Amino acid sequence: MDSNVQKVTAQPSCFWNDTGKSGLTSWIFSTDHKRIGLLYFYATFGFFLTGVLLGLLLRVELMAPGRTIVGPQTYNALFTVHGVVMIFLFIIPGIPGAFGNMVMPIQVGARDVSFPRLNLLSWWLYITGAIIILTSLFSGGGAPDTGWTFYVPFSSRTGTNVSLAVFGVFIVGFSSILTGVNFVTTIHRLRAEGMTWGRLPLFTWSLYATAWVQILATPILAITLVLIMTERLLGAGLFDPARGGDPIMYQHLFWIYSHPAVYIMILPAMGIVSDIIPVFSRKPIFGYKMIAFSSIAIAAAGSLVWGHHMFTSGMSDTAVMVFSFLTFVVAIPSAIKVFNWVSTLYRGSISLEAPMLFALSFILLFSIGGLSGLILGSAATDVHVHDTHFVVGHFHYVMFGGTGFAIFAAMHYWLPKFYGRRYAEKPAVVAWALMFTGFNVLYFTMQVLGMKGMPRRYYDYLPEFATLNLVATVGSWILAAGLVIMLVNLFRGLWWGAPFEGNPWGGATLEWSIPTPPPTENFVEEPTVTHGPYDFTGIGR
Amino acid sequence: MNQLPFISTTAAVDPVFMFLFGACLVLLLGITVTMVIFVLRYHRSRAPHPTSQAEGNLWLEIVWIVLPTLLVLGMFWYGWKEYLVLRTVPTGALPVTATARMWSWEFRYANGKSSPKLYVPVGKPVRVELISTDVIHGFFLPAFRVKRDVVPGMSNYAWFVATKPGSYDLFCSQYCGTQHSAMVTTVEALPEAQFAAWLNEDKRGTAAARPDGRKLATEKGCLGCHSLDGSPGVGPTFKGLFAGQVTVVKGGKTVTLTADEAFLTESIRQPAATIVEGFPPIMPGNPDMPDEQVTALIEFIKSVK
Repeated sequence: MDSNVQKVTAQPSCFWNDTGKSGLTSWIFSTDHKRIGLLYFYATFGFFLTGVLLGLLLRVELMAPGRTIVGPQTYNALFTVHGVVMIFLFIIPGIPGAFGNMVMPIQVGARDVSFPRLNLLSWWLYITGAIIILTSLFSGGGAPDTGWTFYVPFSSRTGTNVSLAVFGVFIVGFSSILTGVNFVTTIHRLRAEGMTWGRLPLFTWSLYATAWVQILATPILAITLVLIMTERLLGAGLFDPARGGDPIMYQHLFWIYSHPAVYIMILPAMGIVSDIIPVFSRKPIFGYKMIAFSSIAIAAAGSLVWGHHMFTSGMSDTAVMVFSFLTFVVAIPSAIKVFNWVSTLYRGSISLEAPMLFALSFILLFSIGGLSGLILGSAATDVHVHDTHFVVGHFHYVMFGGTGFAIFAAMHYWLPKFYGRRYAEKPAVVAWALMFTGFNVLYFTMQVLGMKGMPRRYYDYLPEFATLNLVATVGSWILAAGLVIMLVNLFRGLWWGAPFEGNPWGGATLEWSIPTPPPTENFVEEPTVTHGPYDFTGIGR
Repeated sequence: MNQLPFISTTAAVDPVFMFLFGACLVLLLGITVTMVIFVLRYHRSRAPHPTSQAEGNLWLEIVWIVLPTLLVLGMFWYGWKEYLVLRTVPTGALPVTATARMWSWEFRYANGKSSPKLYVPVGKPVRVELISTDVIHGFFLPAFRVKRDVVPGMSNYAWFVATKPGSYDLFCSQYCGTQHSAMVTTVEALPEAQFAAWLNEDKRGTAAARPDGRKLATEKGCLGCHSLDGSPGVGPTFKGLFAGQVTVVKGGKTVTLTADEAFLTESIRQPAATIVEGFPPIMPGNPDMPDEQVTALIEFIKSVK
């Protein structure tokens, strides 16, 4: 961290240097939302790369039937850790923790979040939980092998280190709740003069909806995880049918959190895309109110659809009907957003720079993920594709093609703002093209495999699935190649690239009205907001 | 063969897939083509300045709320209606009980016959009662679009009908541990007369001849965890097990004992009582296994040296 501080000191006075403090402790004990945001970014992105590595290993193992590189127990641990790391340590904190922290307080015109110390505590809880999860891999009975869903009774019987891993996730959950509390309060209380609810950037709107889900749903995960620990450590028998318990109750409790968690992951991604598309089209977002409202609608309705993970579980058919119906209801606000994004392009002046390429591919990949979600939401068809590679493909389209690509868009859009340096455009486009291609080869193939009946979490498979698995694995390599190019390009650019000054993208939200990189307290004087977030009148490009 | 008095599960589900994929494809193409056209037409090289600053359009919003709503409600209704076919067993279905355990299947018929493969008569519906002895498994027949979780302590069921003779994949679809992906068997659909012969012929056989230990060990799934060549598995290897010394955890204490007939019998019937040190206590018990099968298994284990 020292080296990059020195690197940027060539820049004017900004949050990297203007407190006179540098060095590790000035960062890990900083209460500045931008520093905390960057800390989150480094940590979450580090875990993303860890997860990618595990995913690539999984794909190599599945390249051919039978043993390729690891045995079944190792494979089961690999996909469990891949899921736990990607979901709890990367995607859930990825946008709110990193870009939410960096950008949101500036977007509302505040000097910091409402509770800067609590914000620091969030990061520390996150890191503590992460360390506990990592410890669980190398201690006790070894890495958990339950899948990230920790389904009982398997998770209460396996000899692997499930209790410690679950405890780590429990701690990370609190970090998420505190971030939610902080963001709701900040957005309510710290908006600058003139920053009405109708002028809030849509990224901030999406964080607001997300924050409520974080506050309301995460405690249920905490309860569920405590119940697993009671089951394992005290033998409570809550989920053990032999003693009057019920394994299906666990699934309900788990998904009551974990389905809304999907919206914690995707809503802020939609916010990023809603902020980027107008800037690169030089036009106000089409249907601002509908997009903001649909974020709230998704957060609310999305909290009531968890049962669609359980159509084959033995839950009553009435419950299947209700949850299937509600699932289709959630599709509507998502569709509204897609139509509004596409309409924003109409009669604009579109420039296809890296952030825009990632944002536009988000629309496509998210649409494929969302539409395949309809196949899963319909009761009759879900029965066939449930627990197959179709589901694996579906949620990677939404989580990686959606949230992942939105994070890449945010990295190309906002990181230069905070580093004051820019990356090279051409390698960014090459990286995007490779990732987009590899992504579709990998995950579309998975969906086909699922339609043909290949179950998920299969270490080995019948010969009839061999060709498609090989294709998917090759796709993962193309994707990885693009990722490496993107990272090298960003790293070189942000450390040694040409200066990024003023408002090169021509953004109209408040973060583009302050110096680059921002000073510690963001605004030299209290801002007064006089126009909407996508009113580009008088902003040059 | 198409003259079934009821609709098969495949015939019920496939049109829903067709309708949903068709509608999704139209929507996806619509979105993609519109987007590509807009990006090309309004690219900055052709459109240096935006020619509209529209912030929305009420009528458009109404249209693209109402139309998708109608579409998804139709999808919901169609999916739900055909789902009911999967849940409604036609009368006169052949009852079979499927027992899932880590990591094998056993199918038991009304006459007491059991088999590691699911033999069914062509053209006759089969109702499968799903029982688990340990963790949650999943009963998945891709060819028949049928899947149902097998949950301990719960009685789930599924039904299907094979309209053509053949061998169809049967997978465990709910993750259940190390050998999850090896929990694979087949549905063997036989013409009715052939099925009837199979159902009764082998039964006579079991009464007369002694059960084959090696065959049992394969069918009951023992070999999924216990190797025959000394290689480490989820459970102790059978090689050289008999009459050797084993260190076990019994009633919380660690003791060393000889692996004799009594020890093996207990380990087959109630494995949880005595666990060989270093192995997880996950083997399902077999309290109801007939004595002659237990003896045959022990004889087989003795023979693996």
